[in-house]
Amino acid sequence: MSHDSSSPDSERRDFIILTAQAMGALGAAAVIWPFVNSMNPSADVLALSSTEVDISPIAPGQEIKVMWRGKPVFIRHRTPEDIAAAEAVSLTELRDPQTDAERVKKGKEQWLVMVGVCTHLGCIPLGNLAGDYRGWFCPCHGSHYDTAGRIRKGPAPTNLVVPPFEFLSDTKVKIG
Amino acid sequence: MRFFFVLFSLVLVAPAFALAGGDVKYPRQENWAFDGVLGKFDRPSIQRGLQVYREVCAACHGVKRVAFRSLTDVGFSEAEVKSLAAEYTVLDGPDDSGEMFDRPGRPSDRFPAPYPNEQAARAAQGGAYPLDLSLIVKARADGANYVYSLLTGYHDAPEGITVPQGMYYNPYFVGGLIAMAPPLKDGAVEYQDGTASTADQMARDVVNFLQWAAEPEMETRKRMGVRVMIFLLIMTGFFYVAKKRIWSKVE
Amino acid sequence: MAHAPKEQQPGVVGWLDYRLPIFGTLKGALVDYPVPKNLNYFWNFGSIAGVCLVIQILTGILLAMHYNPSVAGAFNSVEHIMRNVNYGWLLRYMHAVGASMFFIVVYIHMFRGLYYGSYKAPREVLWWLGVLILVLMMATAFMGYVLPWGQMSFWGATVITNLFSAFPLVGDPIVTWLWGGFAVDNPTLNRFFVLHYLLPFLIVGVVFLHLIALHAHGSNNPLGIDAKAPKDKIPFHPYYTVKDFFGFGLFFLVFAAFIFFAPNYLGHPDNYIEANPLVTPAHIVPEWYFLPFYAILRAFVFDIPFWALAALPFAYAGYLAQKINKAREFTLENLFGAMQWGRAKEAAGRVQSLLASLGAGGFLVLLGLIGFVIEAKLAGVLAMFGAIVVLLFLPWLDTSPVRSASFRPLYRWFFWLFALNAVALGFLGSMPAEGIYVVFALICTGIYFAFFLVVMPLLSRYEKPLQLPESISAAVLAH
Repeated sequence: MSHDSSSPDSERRDFIILTAQAMGALGAAAVIWPFVNSMNPSADVLALSSTEVDISPIAPGQEIKVMWRGKPVFIRHRTPEDIAAAEAVSLTELRDPQTDAERVKKGKEQWLVMVGVCTHLGCIPLGNLAGDYRGWFCPCHGSHYDTAGRIRKGPAPTNLVVPPFEFLSDTKVKIG
Repeated sequence: MRFFFVLFSLVLVAPAFALAGGDVKYPRQENWAFDGVLGKFDRPSIQRGLQVYREVCAACHGVKRVAFRSLTDVGFSEAEVKSLAAEYTVLDGPDDSGEMFDRPGRPSDRFPAPYPNEQAARAAQGGAYPLDLSLIVKARADGANYVYSLLTGYHDAPEGITVPQGMYYNPYFVGGLIAMAPPLKDGAVEYQDGTASTADQMARDVVNFLQWAAEPEMETRKRMGVRVMIFLLIMTGFFYVAKKRIWSKVE
Repeated sequence: MAHAPKEQQPGVVGWLDYRLPIFGTLKGALVDYPVPKNLNYFWNFGSIAGVCLVIQILTGILLAMHYNPSVAGAFNSVEHIMRNVNYGWLLRYMHAVGASMFFIVVYIHMFRGLYYGSYKAPREVLWWLGVLILVLMMATAFMGYVLPWGQMSFWGATVITNLFSAFPLVGDPIVTWLWGGFAVDNPTLNRFFVLHYLLPFLIVGVVFLHLIALHAHGSNNPLGIDAKAPKDKIPFHPYYTVKDFFGFGLFFLVFAAFIFFAPNYLGHPDNYIEANPLVTPAHIVPEWYFLPFYAILRAFVFDIPFWALAALPFAYAGYLAQKINKAREFTLENLFGAMQWGRAKEAAGRVQSLLASLGAGGFLVLLGLIGFVIEAKLAGVLAMFGAIVVLLFLPWLDTSPVRSASFRPLYRWFFWLFALNAVALGFLGSMPAEGIYVVFALICTGIYFAFFLVVMPLLSRYEKPLQLPESISAAVLAH
C-alpha cells in the first residue's frame, strides 16, 4: 500500500482503516464464541448433571450402583469394620495419600460415594469386599482398592474419584 | 418497520386465508409485549397463562417440548419449579424387575402429555385431535394473533350455515367449524395475583404463555440483535469511509 | 498455475513458499491481481456468495453435531437444537436464513452476468461453472429443507421426487431408487442428510474452478470492453479488498436483520408441524427461491402432441432453406456430394441438414397423428430442467459483439422485462395451479424461453448498439 505516512490526512486514513479492521476482527471473534460454545453440554445435559438417590433401603454392608453423568457411582453403606480398617492405614503406605475422613462426610462416615471407574484405564471394578484389601478389585489389569476406595496394589495411579455430593436428609443424597 | 412487516405478512398470508375455505377471517391484530425490535416477555402474564393452560387446556392439549426447568426463565424460583414438577406423574423405567413405574416429575422432565399418543387422543375426543401446543404460535401464519382471535372468536353461526352436533362455529378456524368447545369463560380461573380473569384476559395470558413456549429464546435473540445491528452499522460505516479514502487515489 | 519462486525468500514464509508455493499463489490471486478499475457494486456479489458458502458450511457442521437424521428423531432434534443447545437457535436461524441469502446473492450475481454479457467469450466456461454451482446449490437446498421433517419438508420431497416418474420406462424405478423404498421415509431422509453434507464440498471445488476460470482472463466490467491498458486496471488489494469488506458489512446488516428480528419470515409455518404422511397440507409450496421453477413446472396442464414438436426441426429447416436459397446451393452435387466420408463441403452439409430436418419434422408429424404425446407431467419436468439447461447455451444464443447492456438499448428493455417476468413467475409459483394463474404461468414461461431462444438471437442480428468508448480509462475520464 503506497502512500506517504507522514501527512495528517494519511494518519487519519490509517486510523480509519485500522479501526475498521479491528472491528472486523472483533466481530469475527464474537461470532466464533457462540459456535464454539454450541459444542459445550446443552441445557438438557446440564439439567441431568446431578442426581438424587434414596439411600434408606441400603443396609450396612450393602452397596448399590447408580448412574450419574453417564457413569456408574458406587454407594456403600460401610460396616464399622470397614471404617476401622480404612482409618488404620498409615498415609505412607498409600500411592495416592488420602485419609479416610477426606473421602467421606463428617458424621456420616458409613456412607462411601465413589465414581465406579478404575483410574487406570476405565473399567468398572468389582465390589463387595473384592480384592486383597476387602474393598474393590478391577479385573482388567488387577488394581486393588481398600475399604475407602484407595488404590493399594496394581497399576491404577489414583484413588477412586469421590464426586461432589451432599446429604439432603438422612435418607437422601444428591450427587453432582 | 413493523408496520411493513405486518403488511408484508398479511400480503403473503392473505392468499392462504382466501383459498383455505372461503370465509376464514384474518386474525385480529393486537399489540403484544413481544412485538417489534424491542419485544419483551410479559412475565406476570406468562405465569398467568401457565395457570390457564394447566387448569383449562391441559385436560386435552400437551406442551410436550417445554421442560419444567425452563420455567425459571419466566420468573419462577428453583424451588417453585421443583414443586410444580413434583405435582405431575411421569412414566419411568424399567426398574430392576423390568416394570415401568410412575414417579413424581423433576425439573429436568418435560410436561407430560394428557394422552399417550394421537390415536388415544382421537378416541377420547370423538375423532378430533387436540394438537400439542408447544409450537402452535410458530405453526400458524401470524400465530399469536391467530390463537387469540380463535379463543375469543366463537359466536353464533351466520344465516345459512348449519353446525353439526359436537362442532362449533368459529370464523377464524379453517372451514369455520371447530371441534373444540369455547374453552374460556369469564372467571374460569382464579388468578393468584388478583387480576380479573375475564375470557379476554385469559386469552391474552395464554397467548403470551404459548408464544414463550414456542420461542423461549425470543428476548435474548432480539437483545442480541440490537447489539449486533449497532455494531455492524458502526463497522460498515468505518469500512465505507476507509473505502472512500483508499479509492480517492484512483484516476 | 502455481510456480515456486526461483529463489527462496527469507523467513519462515519464504522457506514454506519455496516448497509449497501457496503464499505466492494467494498473493498473485488476491493482492497483486489486476482488476478493471471501473467495477460497480454489482461486482461485490461474487465474494458475498463465497462468504455465504463458508457460513452455510460452518453453521451446517455445528448443527450436524446435534441433528438426528431419522424419522423418529429429526423434528425433535431440531427443537432440541433450538431449545437446549447453547446458541442452537442462532445456528439454526443463521443456516436457514443463510440459505435464502445465498440464493438471493447468487441470483443478483447471475443477473449481473446477463446484463453485462459476462457469459460471452472468453468467459463461456466461467458461466458454465456458475450454472453448475447453481444446480448443486439447488440440489443441496432441496435436500436440506427435507431434514427438519416438517409437513413441507415431507410433502415437498414427495412431490419433487415423484416428478421423476414422468420419464417413460425408467421413471418409476428411478423414483423407487431415490426413495430407497415405496415412499419418502427413513432411507430417504438418511441419504438426503448424507448428500446434503457432501454436496457443499463439491460446490467448494467447483467454486475454485470458477475462480481459476475467472483469473484466466480477468473480470468483465460495466462497459463490457476489454481492459487492455495497464492503467485500465488496479491491484485487487487494497482497492477491492476494502470495497468487498464494505459490501460484507452491508450484507451482514441485511442478514442480521432477518436472523434476529424476522427469522421465520422467509419460511413456511407448516414446517413447524411434524411430518404426517396421512395429511397433505392445503398448499404445498417450496421455498421462495424455487418458486419460479415451480411455476414453470406446473404451467403445463395439457399434453403436447408430437406434431407440435415438429415446429423445431421445421424452423431450423426454414433457416437453412433461406441460407441455401441465397447461395443457390441446392444442387444435385451437393445433395449426394458428401455421401463420401471426408469430402463433405460446407454447402453440401447444409443441404443434407435441410433434408434431415425435414425428415425429422415429418416423422414427428406422423407420430403425432398416430397419437404420440408428451404427457403434461413430463412436459412440465422437461420445461423446468430446460429452464436451467438453456442458460448453458447463452454464449451461442446471444452473439452480439457488444457485451454490456449499457450500449444495447433494445436488449436492456428486454432484460428488465425478463427480470420482471422472473418475479412474476415467482409469485405464480406461490399460487395454486388453478384458473387464471395457470394461464399466466404459461404466458410467463413462454416469455422466459422466448427471451433466450427468440429475442437474444434476433437482437444479435438486428440490434444497433451504441458507440463503445475507446477504453476504460477514456470512459472514466469522460465523466
